[in-house]
Amino acid sequence: MKPAPFSFVAPESLDEVVRTLAEHGDDAQILAGGQSLVPLMNLRLARPEVVVSINRCHELDYIRLVDDRLVIGALVRQIDAETSPLVQAECPLLAKALPHVGLPATRNRGTVCGSLAHCDPLAELPAAALALEAEMVLTSAAGERRVPAHDFFVAEMTTCIEPGEVVSAVTFARQDPSERSAVREVSNGGHVFPVGGVALRWASSDGICTMARIAAFGVGSVAQRLRDAERALVGSDVGPAAIAAAVAAARSEVDPTGDIHADADYRRHLVGVLLERGLLEEERP
Amino acid sequence: MTDEVEVTVTVNGRTRQSRVEPRRLLVDYLRHDLGLTGAHIGCEQGVCGACTVLLDGRTARSCLHFAVTVDGSDIRTVEDLADFDELHPIQEMFHQKHALQCGFCTPGFLLTAVELLERTADPDEAAIREALMNNVCRCTGYANIVDAVAEAAVELRRRSSA
Repeated sequence: MKPAPFSFVAPESLDEVVRTLAEHGDDAQILAGGQSLVPLMNLRLARPEVVVSINRCHELDYIRLVDDRLVIGALVRQIDAETSPLVQAECPLLAKALPHVGLPATRNRGTVCGSLAHCDPLAELPAAALALEAEMVLTSAAGERRVPAHDFFVAEMTTCIEPGEVVSAVTFARQDPSERSAVREVSNGGHVFPVGGVALRWASSDGICTMARIAAFGVGSVAQRLRDAERALVGSDVGPAAIAAAVAAARSEVDPTGDIHADADYRRHLVGVLLERGLLEEERP
Repeated sequence: MTDEVEVTVTVNGRTRQSRVEPRRLLVDYLRHDLGLTGAHIGCEQGVCGACTVLLDGRTARSCLHFAVTVDGSDIRTVEDLADFDELHPIQEMFHQKHALQCGFCTPGFLLTAVELLERTADPDEAAIREALMNNVCRCTGYANIVDAVAEAAVELRRRSSA
């Protein structure tokens, strides 16, 4: 099918974007890379009246360090974040998550912020954002507010973005060089969308785990921090008993649903398997 | 509300200027407005890869872009690969290795292979399969396509060292 008719605006600055959004309110839809939005429009599952493209807002195309945060602007393509030495050095967890997103041809155009705003339950980046304690920068004509990832992702395809607001950037916690991190997922036959997965990072001092951030995707209606599993690890030696405890905690704190790709029990089992593989840094997917 | 918008793009080295409806997909713009029917429409949701083009040097699904959003871009389609009567080495190897039957998916595979071989001169079989994983072919079973890309890599290396 072809998209329904819409009117098109392509502002050249963030100021102009938020003015356009203020003018059109609920009728307006931001278009960045379009790799999630355009398929929905082709299927007419999305029918925005006004499409506001940010592709000419070159001021939003930046990756930079600001104090203890890595900041990625709304026009940064996934492929550019994936290959950025700054991202690889400061947020290796994000650099490990990005190759799992979509496929090369969609990463060439899709943006980091766009994937976060889309909030697909099977998407890797919301989980990476939770594990990296990300903050979304939401800009509107009224100004700017910053929302932590755990408040931003509300439910399947639902975030706390209000009409008139645009995700202008996302900030991530810089990882300590001694931290370890992993992203593990399973998909059916290399299909673009995974069945489920985990994104995690942890730190140890003198063999004792001092910090753990674990998030899962595909095992609920929205990406989820696994705080019980984190608690099972912190203070432990991340040995077999601690990993088993974290795996058990992870399985009990997720509430997956079944579909044609995998049933709920499989997904519950999977989250534990992937967490264990991540913690052991096994090279299996 | 849905007034036509002016778009200027460079397609296969030639500057093209048109007025299009905002909802005009890039693939429809190429096929219907420019008459370049090499990019094929399969799934219209980015899954099959038949509409793949090179957008500013990188593969892109032309069904997942509006012509208006790629204003100012440089686009390369399969029509640009052959040099008059001489096939591009990747096309030549697809021919020799019998890497196509119906040919519907072929333009997308060719351009995906172009991107791969521009980045990696000597990909192993796993790298070739990974690069081609998101293009769908219902005829060949892929083995001959993988062979063709591997042979094309050899030929391109031979030419660049010649």
